[in-house]
Amino acid sequence: MVESLDQIFVDLKHLLVTLAPVEWQPFLSALISVVGIIVTFASLFALSTILERKGLGRIQNRFGPNRVGPWGLLQPLADGLKTLTKEDLVPRAADKVVHFIAPLVLVIPVFLALAVLPMGRNMVGVNLDAGVLFFFAVGAATELSVFMAGWSSRNKYSLLGAMRAIAQMISYEVPLILSAVTVIMMAGSLSTVTIVQAQAGYTGWVPHWYVLTPWGLAGFLLFMIGAAAESNRSPFDLPEGESEIIAGYYIEYSGFKFALFFLGEYVGMFAISGLAITLFLGGWQAPIPVLEWIPSYFWFFGKLLALIAVFIWVRGTLPRLRMDQLMNFAWKFMLPMALFNILVTGLWRFIPTGWERWFICTLLIVGAYVTLGRTLFQQKHWAKRSYRFAE
Amino acid sequence: MLGEGILKGMAETARNFVGSYISEDRLVTVQYPEERLPQKEAARNFPFLVYDGDDWQKGLRCVACQICEKECPPQCIFIVKDTAKKPDYIGKLQFQPKVFDIDISVCMSCQICVEVCPFDAIKMDVEYELSTQDRFGQLLLHKDDLVRPNQYYRQIHPTEAAEIDGRLAAEKAKADAKAKADAETKAKAQATLVAKPAAAPPAKPSAETAPAPVVAK
Repeated sequence: MVESLDQIFVDLKHLLVTLAPVEWQPFLSALISVVGIIVTFASLFALSTILERKGLGRIQNRFGPNRVGPWGLLQPLADGLKTLTKEDLVPRAADKVVHFIAPLVLVIPVFLALAVLPMGRNMVGVNLDAGVLFFFAVGAATELSVFMAGWSSRNKYSLLGAMRAIAQMISYEVPLILSAVTVIMMAGSLSTVTIVQAQAGYTGWVPHWYVLTPWGLAGFLLFMIGAAAESNRSPFDLPEGESEIIAGYYIEYSGFKFALFFLGEYVGMFAISGLAITLFLGGWQAPIPVLEWIPSYFWFFGKLLALIAVFIWVRGTLPRLRMDQLMNFAWKFMLPMALFNILVTGLWRFIPTGWERWFICTLLIVGAYVTLGRTLFQQKHWAKRSYRFAE
Repeated sequence: MLGEGILKGMAETARNFVGSYISEDRLVTVQYPEERLPQKEAARNFPFLVYDGDDWQKGLRCVACQICEKECPPQCIFIVKDTAKKPDYIGKLQFQPKVFDIDISVCMSCQICVEVCPFDAIKMDVEYELSTQDRFGQLLLHKDDLVRPNQYYRQIHPTEAAEIDGRLAAEKAKADAKAKADAETKAKAQATLVAKPAAAPPAKPSAETAPAPVVAK
């Protein structure tokens, strides 16, 4: 019973596919997976927009949206109707073709990246041998769309936003991938399914997740910071910075194209959170052995919602960084820490199991963190700000 | 240490998040259509015309002097003078407006019309739920849309209204006293003229005859 509930979607798909003639089966199988993924994540997008607005409201001691439907739960529907019926404006000076395809170029790779995420036992779009590599390769394509949007709008603000976005995304791509490298080193595979399987099993009540090791925790935190920057989430939302460049690269987008950008951004966040779950949080596996009877997809989406909650929490807490702070943080803190973390992971791999390796690795990481933090703070000279351009 | 401030901030927002579910006092939102804040006395929105008594046609204070029309910065007031006159609160014959329109889609709520009006005839309203489907018809207010009784004015701006009522009552009292005194002197003159030998009736001092300050209706 438990087993069949866990595999219910897999069995259902199998049943549907076997109904079709043999030559259609591979195509139908892919189609069902694609439709399933798109429907699930689009509705998750709708859910998370309302949760985000509610959560931010509560963080600021407000109610949040509570007018449409019970407790405002139908708000996403109203938002969707609004964006669908809004006028679709294209600036006269814009490069119309590029302006049109930019949102598509964002949405397509973001959904493609979801294909390699295992969302439950035997539930993965495609089990690629180089799944993690595929994920990052496809994810990097979103930068192109951002620049297309910024450039084709022919607007100063959108160009500034796009340039900021490119600088930020390329800078944070480096620590993001380097922190993921540690997991690839330990699991010895680029396949997401193999990585999840490598984290199976428990020692007593404690699961063998990579986040529960010193290098894994450091890698997870670095990965999540990089993920926030990659998905342009606060406090790294400089590309859209409302207060200085209004809406950044999508200032000239309205109606459904804007909604597509919004969707792409959120699904990008889900995808990268899903990868963080796969790499560090044991994928679809239960946190303690007694809860293993709960279906695996429940655990994946539960962890995903938890990570989204953390993103919302961070957004409600931190103010936006300045551009130089953003760059300094990426190159002076994240990159050295990620590189050092790779070294520590190597040590962890070759020191035999026991408390010694825990001690050595924890000491090294905490030591590096404290030293780096101290050095960066010491370099700060508090002085009156001088403006070279506005004098 | 690096990151300490972030953790502190996260704890603070978490406290707000949980606290807003526990204690209702934290939530500052007034859920507008159901709940309303009490109106501030100094609130103002668009002008209206004050009238005394029950009949606005008779009691309208406006004398169509057109000062407000001339002073209005966005020129949203339009007045046409009526040829017929009507008595004002002290009984003096005054002009009255035939047409008095205010385009509240143009009005900028500057209150200059109120400041310049020598007759206290135009005052600022506090009504703010004025949205309408008919942009041209419903936002151009005519004389009969603009009139409000003095009681209403007393209700929305009590302090100002009391001051103005007092002043108008004093003026009316003064005018009445003067009229009475005039009438008496006239009567006296008549009497002396008609029956010279008869003893003149003892003339009462005018201060006593003045009626108690009536609240201008």
